[in-house]
Amino acid sequence: MARVTIPIGPQHPALKEPERFMVTVEGETIVDADVRIGHIHRGLEKLFEQRTYLQNIHITERICGICSFTHSTNFCQATEYILGVEPPRRGLYLRTLMNEFERIHSHLLWLGVAGHEMGFDTLLMWSWDDRERILDLFEDITGNRVTHAFNTIGGVRRDITDAQIQRILHTMDIMEERTKAYIQVGLNEQTILKRTQGVGILTTADAKRLCAVGPRLRASNVKYDVRKNDPYAAYGELPFEVITSDTLDVHGQLVVRALELLECVKMCRYMVQNLPAGEIRVKVPRKVPPGEAISRTEAPRGEDIHYLRSNGTDKPERLKVRAPTLANILNVAHTLKGANIADIPLIVAGIDPCMGCMDRVLILDRDKESCKVMSAEQLREYSIEWYRKEAYR
Amino acid sequence: MKRPGIMIKDVFKRLTMKPVTSKYPAEKSPAEPGYRGKMEFYVDKCISCGMCAKDCPSFACVMEEIDGKKRPVFYLDKCMFCAQCEESCPKDAIKMTTEYELAHLAGNPQIVK
Repeated sequence: MARVTIPIGPQHPALKEPERFMVTVEGETIVDADVRIGHIHRGLEKLFEQRTYLQNIHITERICGICSFTHSTNFCQATEYILGVEPPRRGLYLRTLMNEFERIHSHLLWLGVAGHEMGFDTLLMWSWDDRERILDLFEDITGNRVTHAFNTIGGVRRDITDAQIQRILHTMDIMEERTKAYIQVGLNEQTILKRTQGVGILTTADAKRLCAVGPRLRASNVKYDVRKNDPYAAYGELPFEVITSDTLDVHGQLVVRALELLECVKMCRYMVQNLPAGEIRVKVPRKVPPGEAISRTEAPRGEDIHYLRSNGTDKPERLKVRAPTLANILNVAHTLKGANIADIPLIVAGIDPCMGCMDRVLILDRDKESCKVMSAEQLREYSIEWYRKEAYR
Repeated sequence: MKRPGIMIKDVFKRLTMKPVTSKYPAEKSPAEPGYRGKMEFYVDKCISCGMCAKDCPSFACVMEEIDGKKRPVFYLDKCMFCAQCEESCPKDAIKMTTEYELAHLAGNPQIVK
C-alpha cells in the first residue's frame, strides 16, 4: 500500500495547542511519526534574566497555567538552595498542600480532556464540575484560581485559618466520594475501555530509554516519583504510595491518575490535620550570592526541573526550565507508530501535554533577523564550537 | 465481568439537580473572601518610598508626581494581581479588595490613584 505523509498541526482541531506532527500512514495505520516543536515559544527564559528574584516568582508561575504552583515552588526552592535557607515547617506544609491541590485539579482536568477526546463528554462535564471545588478552595486560600502568587522565597505568603481547614476537610470528603465513582467508571464503562485499552502502548524498556516522566512513566510500570525518590518540601513526612499500572496503555494512565487522586486526598487530609504551628516564612535578602542549584519537583504531569545560576546581584544570571512535556513528547512520537489515525488525539492527550510549558529552544540571529530550528547533529556541532570559543567563560 | 450502566445512578441524580452554572451577570457571583482583586490605595499613609513600583513584575505600578507628592499609580490593564505591591509596602497603604469586574471600553484605561 502507498505511504502518505500527513501533517497534523500546528493548527488542528484535535490539538488544543499548536504543535506539528508529521505522520506517515499506510492506509489507517501509522508507520512513522515525527514531532516538530517550537510553535509557541515565548522567550520566558530571557525575561527571567531581566527581572529580580521577587518578580520572577510571579513570572515562573506563568510558564504553565495548569501546573503554575509547581514551577514557582521549583524556582523558590532553587533560590533557597543557593541562599542556604530552610523555610519553616508550617510554610513547607502549606506549600506541599497547594502542590497536592494542584495535582487534584490537574488530574481532574486531564480526566475531562481524555473523556472529551474519546467522545465521552459527560465525563468532561462531571470532572470539570468537581474541579471547580478545588479552584474555589484555591481562590479562598491563595487569592486566585490558577496563578496563585502563594509561594515566596523562604516560605509562603499567606497563612491558613481554622475555618479554611474545616472547608478543606469537607471538600476532601466530597472529592474522595467522587474519585471513587470515577474509578468505578474508568474500570467498568465500555466507552472508556473500548477507546483506551491497548492504545498507545509504551513498554517499560522503551519508557526508560525515552526518559518518560510522571503518570506516563508510572503507567509503563516504572515505580518512580520525585516525591518519593527525592523528597522535597514536606513530602518526606507524608504517608503515600507510588501508583503504577502494568497495562502500559492509555487506560493505565487513566487508572494511575485516578488512583493518585485518592492518594492526594489522603495526603491533604493528613497535612491539614497535622499542620505544624509557627511561622510560615523566613526573611531572605534581595541579593543572592553567586552559585548554582538544580531543583526538582513532581508536577502533575511529571518531573519538572529548574536550573538556576546566580551572580551576586538581585537578578538571576540563568534560569533553565525543563518542563515535563518536553520529556514526554519523545515517547509520543514513538507510541504513535503502529496506532490508528483515530487514536492520535487520545495518545497525544494521554501525556497531558502542555506545549506552552515546553517550547523554549529557538535560535535567533539578531543581525540577519532570521530564526531557525536546529537538528540534533547541528546542535551538537554548534555546542562543541561554542564551548571551544568560550572555554574560559 | 464488566458491569454495564455504571453511571446510571449518577445520571438520575444529575437529572434532579439544579444547574451548577449560575446566571451571571443577571445574578451576581461574589468572589471568595480571600480573592485578590482591584486594589485600594490610601494616599495619606504613603511615604513615597517606591518599593511597590520597584517590585511590580509587570510594571503596572509606576511612581508619578501628583500635587507635589511622588506616589504610585496603578494601571490595571497591565496588573496581574499578584499583590506583590501590597506585600512590599512598609506602611500598609495598599490593600487588595475582592472586586473583579474590571472590563471597560478601549481608550478608557482603568487606573487606581
